Amino acid sequence: MKINGKIKNKSLLRLTTAGSVDDGKSTLIGRLLYDSKSIFEDQMEHIVQSGKRLGREELDLSLLTDGLRAEREQGITIDVAYRYFATPARKFIIADTPGHIQYTRNMVTGASTADLAVILIDARKGVLEQTIRHSYIASLLDIQHIIFCINKMDMMEWSEPVFKCIKAELALLVNKLNIPDVHYIPISAKYGDNVVDRSENIKWYDGKTFLNLIETIEIRKNKNPENKRFPVQTIIRPHTAEFHDYRGYAGRVAGGLFKPGDEVAVLPSLLRTKIKSIDLFGESLSECSAGDSVAMSLDDQIDISRGDMLVSPHDIPVISQDINLMVCWFNERQLKVGGRYLIRMNSNVAGCIVKSIHYRMNINTMEQDFENITINMNDIANITIKTSKPVFFDPYKKNNITGSMIFVDEGTNETVGAGMIL
Amino acid sequence: MKDKRQMKNLININDEHLKELENEAIFVMREVAAQFEKKVLLFSGGKDSIVLVHLARKAFWPARIPFTLMHIDTGHNFEETLKFRDDLAKEFDAELIVKKVQDSIDNGRVVEEQGVNASRNKAQSITLLDAIEELNIDVAIGGGRRDEEKARAKERFFSHRNEFGQWDPKNQRPELWNIFNGRKHPGEHFRVFPISNWTELDVWQYILNENIKLPNLYYTHKRKIFKRNGIYLAWAPFMQLKPTEKVFETDVRCRTIGDITCTGVTLSKADSLEEIISEIAATRITERGGRYDDKRSEAAMEDRKKEGYF
Ligand SMILES: Nc1nc2c(ncn2[C@@H]2O[C@H](COP(=O)(O)OP(=O)(O)OP(=O)(O)O)[C@@H](O)[C@H]2O)c(=O)[nH]1
Ligand SMILES: [Mg+2]
Repeated sequence: MKINGKIKNKSLLRLTTAGSVDDGKSTLIGRLLYDSKSIFEDQMEHIVQSGKRLGREELDLSLLTDGLRAEREQGITIDVAYRYFATPARKFIIADTPGHIQYTRNMVTGASTADLAVILIDARKGVLEQTIRHSYIASLLDIQHIIFCINKMDMMEWSEPVFKCIKAELALLVNKLNIPDVHYIPISAKYGDNVVDRSENIKWYDGKTFLNLIETIEIRKNKNPENKRFPVQTIIRPHTAEFHDYRGYAGRVAGGLFKPGDEVAVLPSLLRTKIKSIDLFGESLSECSAGDSVAMSLDDQIDISRGDMLVSPHDIPVISQDINLMVCWFNERQLKVGGRYLIRMNSNVAGCIVKSIHYRMNINTMEQDFENITINMNDIANITIKTSKPVFFDPYKKNNITGSMIFVDEGTNETVGAGMIL
Repeated sequence: MKDKRQMKNLININDEHLKELENEAIFVMREVAAQFEKKVLLFSGGKDSIVLVHLARKAFWPARIPFTLMHIDTGHNFEETLKFRDDLAKEFDAELIVKKVQDSIDNGRVVEEQGVNASRNKAQSITLLDAIEELNIDVAIGGGRRDEEKARAKERFFSHRNEFGQWDPKNQRPELWNIFNGRKHPGEHFRVFPISNWTELDVWQYILNENIKLPNLYYTHKRKIFKRNGIYLAWAPFMQLKPTEKVFETDVRCRTIGDITCTGVTLSKADSLEEIISEIAATRITERGGRYDDKRSEAAMEDRKKEGYF
């Protein structure tokens, strides 16, 4: 997730598709699976039959991910589909997301856990508003790697100038977005050019094919050992004869490296203690780091409950009731100053009130609108909230886990927004 | 498995990612424990639910599993499954509730399907929803995986069900990062799928790595079977045969275990996990390709899920 960390190679790569409606995202994923021989016979038979029933003339590979009845009937993606595939080099979790603006919340859902975003552009149409919105969302989510696939090259006579022109336009966008690692590939998802196999039609392109690129891209993950963060999810108290006094603080490490004997500060009390043991299923671990689900026991009996956090005493998160953040809004009901919501950050829940709206991002110009702004569904804005109790957090760019939150409407219980702390 | 070295590679490559999947599943289980009151783990006796129980033990060790195991028994289950279920509950000191589709039939909640393809698989949803209502269940943890089926591929980890137990796939709550919103109104409930991101192969490799005990049905054994629409089905006395269908005995294993009427079996002599894994790694048919319940129509799973199926 973060730069300046160790590089992780041969593990799990989570990727998301993005881009405007009908640019060929689902077709690309279908093609990737098809040409890499990752489709099972019964799945293949199923999409051939469905295609016939739906009156499609040619094999429609988007049916592999568009699995809902309504999606197949309308030929669009509505919600994220997850697909899994592996090559000798890597394991992949693919989120195929919808391009339609109405389903932006589902795109954000798929992208929020991704290491890499694949953004498609229809070569006939070039950069569209949704291309910009999704690229911007990817950068807000701190996705470090983007592959822009200029698709449907077959419909533009495989033209190099067309590719170069779109690439130049995208490069301008990327400059404003601050994404460290960007790639451009000319492809035809429908016919498979430069997806798994090198294109016979695009001889002027000598870069990697799509599959080769996603197999080899070096993914940077946050491994800063000092940024210790352990949000407590639940307390384990067995009450058995054997473990009569055992009290384990269960959670998933959100940052840094923990070892038995380490001094930690407990938030919000700021009391200090030492880690007695790190346990998992009867095993005592010598250390644990970001991503590990463990249980910790501590030297001192301190009052700790769900929502509290163990951190390094030398690198304490911000503790405050005022939070300045970027929000993606998902709900028909507008976000307004004075609006009250619940926020959920890690295992912590608090009430909040929207204090001020600073600006709304104008997706077309990539500029900030300050005048007469209302925040509607799919808008992205910079706001300040006040929480009902002090909460502890990091800037999202420093730590994606302790720097993120969701907004929940107390009346409907819906998830209405996603926040990234500045 | 002929080539031991190749086997080892297959397993080692995936160790790191299996660890990541385990971490994720344990995190989800703990969120369930913390966010809900009345919690059940849907236990079918199949490998996915056995893996869930293992993960739950890991998540809460040294405490007991904080979920009640709940089995919806169609009355058409393999004997071995039922025994395995009872032994497992006893061994891990877990609470077990069994709800019977037969009871729903007897009290008129379910009308039994008739004919050769009759199955109680779909009826399970009614028995399940009735149990959820009767026992005021907040959350039911299931072993569903997104790689199983195209409607499942769309499911959230925390999947909301309205007061009728229905899933609305066109209007799911956004699910950001690993922040799960389990808030709901009275009468509604959640289905939670901790192993959403696992593939069939991941599950088998995990079973091997963690040395998890499985029912013998998963290993090769002699069984009376017959063929229907290209799928081998286990024979049982209550199953009606078409005139052309012949029962014969051979070496088989189950790839999934569910209700007998819809569980396909695989012809196989694999008697170790290593052999099963290499068979699965080479197969060209999905796990549910042998499930008769999914073959009923184009969107059979989506439709069943909307009605409250697992
Ligand atoms: N000629 C041509 N057509 C393509 C190509 N890629 C996709 N298409 C067609 O474009 C249409 C839309 O493709 P999809 O893959 O469904 O597009 P999508 O980006 O997934 O759309 P949403 O998910 O609804 O946003 C389909 O008719 C595809 O067959 C391509 O490379 N060349
Ligand atoms: Mg699509």
